[in-house]
Amino acid sequence: MRVEAKLLLFLGLFFGAMCAVYWTWSLENAGGVMMFSGMLLCFLPGSYYLWWSRRMKMRPEDDPTATTEGGAGVVGSFPGSSIFPFLMGMGAFLVVLALVFGIWFLIPGLALAVWALLGGTAEGRRGGKI
Amino acid sequence: MSHTTATPISEHDSHDEHHGPSGLLNWLTTTDHKIIGLSYTITAVVMLVIGGALAELIRAQLASSNGHLVSFAQYNELFTMHGSVMIYLFAGPFAFGALANIIVPIQIGAPDMAFPRLNALSYWLYLTGSITMLLGFFTTGGAANFGWVGYAPLTSSLNAPGAGADLWIGGLMLTGFSAIFTGVNLVATIFYLRAPGMTMFRMPIFTWNLLVTAILILLAFPVLTAGLIMLYADRHFGTHIFSVAGGGVPVLWQHIFWFWGHPEVYILALPFFGMATEIIAVFSKKPVFGYKGMIFATISIAALSLGVWAHHMFTTGVVLLPFFSIMSLLIAVPTGIKIFNWIGTMWRGEIWFSTAMLMSIGFLITFLIGGLTGIYLASPPLDFFTHDTYFVVAHFHSVVMALVLAGMGGLYYWGPKITGYLLNERLGKAQFWFLFIGTQVFTFPLYILGLQGMPRRMAVYPLHKEWVSLNALSSVGALLIGVSTLFFVVNIIVSWKKYPAGDNPWDAQTLEWFTTSPPPHHNFYRLPQIRSERPTWDYNHPEHKSIAHGTHEE
Repeated sequence: MRVEAKLLLFLGLFFGAMCAVYWTWSLENAGGVMMFSGMLLCFLPGSYYLWWSRRMKMRPEDDPTATTEGGAGVVGSFPGSSIFPFLMGMGAFLVVLALVFGIWFLIPGLALAVWALLGGTAEGRRGGKI
Repeated sequence: MSHTTATPISEHDSHDEHHGPSGLLNWLTTTDHKIIGLSYTITAVVMLVIGGALAELIRAQLASSNGHLVSFAQYNELFTMHGSVMIYLFAGPFAFGALANIIVPIQIGAPDMAFPRLNALSYWLYLTGSITMLLGFFTTGGAANFGWVGYAPLTSSLNAPGAGADLWIGGLMLTGFSAIFTGVNLVATIFYLRAPGMTMFRMPIFTWNLLVTAILILLAFPVLTAGLIMLYADRHFGTHIFSVAGGGVPVLWQHIFWFWGHPEVYILALPFFGMATEIIAVFSKKPVFGYKGMIFATISIAALSLGVWAHHMFTTGVVLLPFFSIMSLLIAVPTGIKIFNWIGTMWRGEIWFSTAMLMSIGFLITFLIGGLTGIYLASPPLDFFTHDTYFVVAHFHSVVMALVLAGMGGLYYWGPKITGYLLNERLGKAQFWFLFIGTQVFTFPLYILGLQGMPRRMAVYPLHKEWVSLNALSSVGALLIGVSTLFFVVNIIVSWKKYPAGDNPWDAQTLEWFTTSPPPHHNFYRLPQIRSERPTWDYNHPEHKSIAHGTHEE
């Protein structure tokens, strides 16, 4: 986890330095704000990972001498299939079409999106099909 | 929901078998990264064909000085939608949605992407975004017609009143969210689902490049999406963010667009760099030369890419020329390291000129041409001279066609892993030569035309008959590229389930070649001990022991 943290923190530091040079030299706000935001976006997870990496045991994927057996156990839960991403996608599609062709598209669009959101959440809680 | 374990499991372990729906319902409900990746691949290739067909129409129009194939208004739609389809709907999704989706989890020994349902949603947003953008062709006002960069004030409701412009904005929003979700998924997968022993500095270069690409996506795409929301508000809600009339700043759109747009160049390029790196190493029968150097070069390119956006805006007169020029020129250094390392990987290698290898060498040469002309454009005095001419068009088409070559190489290299069958090499090589020669015949005349002052985005040039021959030559190149695509289609038909690939037809090095072709539902029946960035090679060639980076065998 330490390498991951260092990668993000390095990028954050670089963007911060670049932002400082750019903004003081140009006084242009749009680019300055965007680079500053880029710095924050790297620092936020990067510092979290660094904080954790000092408190957690070395993970098998960070251990160069780890054996396959060392990573035994549950890796994670992976739903085999789910209809809800498709429904959410169609809902988003109709919502966007509503922005172009008429507000009435919002009704089926939002209905699908809300159905997918609730259904997906419930599926995640009870465990979906393998 | 299946709880996947990392213990070695025997073949045909019933625990890991998939019992989901089949047929169309399987496609609609799948959360398997391989099927989603394949859907991305097919959709992206369809977009390539659509974008390519639009390009052929453009070149047919320009083959004579006073072409009448399309009207001026239709020509505006053609170049706008050609650029939009190729950049937003083909190159990006193919780079980080298609092969990345299929290969990255297998390369690091993961059973799937970290968030499989989010992954499926990414694909549906990409598909519906593509349909949304293309729907513009079926509206009365036609498709978007303001160029793929959508500069203000051309995009205002006054200048582009039709539904085509709104569909372009809506389609981009959907594909933008799709990209952001894919970025989140890739980062989480690479950070949390690596196999035991697969440390960060043992990951294949392709996976490293996708990690850096995903971080760039997360930094750049939200900016574009925010810009699109502002643009929509300007068009429909009476705001004046980008219009001078209401006190807005049109150049702000360019800042926002290119803050996304230049990192986007590397979001497109880095995955293809990764593909070429893998292919060159495997077909040179050598490890990647300068493995860590390649990784640091990738990180440096990504870091610098966020500070170069305004080199697209030199001629606006309102950007800090020295800063953006220096930063842009600096990118040549890590890129040069990569090119040096690719050559170093081939150096004294046992080179096998397979189709994938030829495509990668073609990529290397074409990208070098595109990269070197990019260095000219990073210099403001040269950029002032060539801006908005065909020189710029030639430069980025060299770059993008290099990526197409690498992508084709990736399909020939990983296709057998995905489908279980090889493509015909003879047809593949014919495709390569048409594609490679076609690319050079297409782009070289455009460089010269640009230096002669031919502006881009003009449908006719009746006062400049001297440009006809070079334009006709370029159109011949475009035709050759089109023929190369036909070879690819014919190859798929001819090779359909004809040449079984086996698990590792190339004697390749990385983890995806350890599993079956195609891989099982959660990718692996068992994993090898991972002691280097070449675990499959180590397993298959125990006589060649792994050497830690930075050490030398005595």
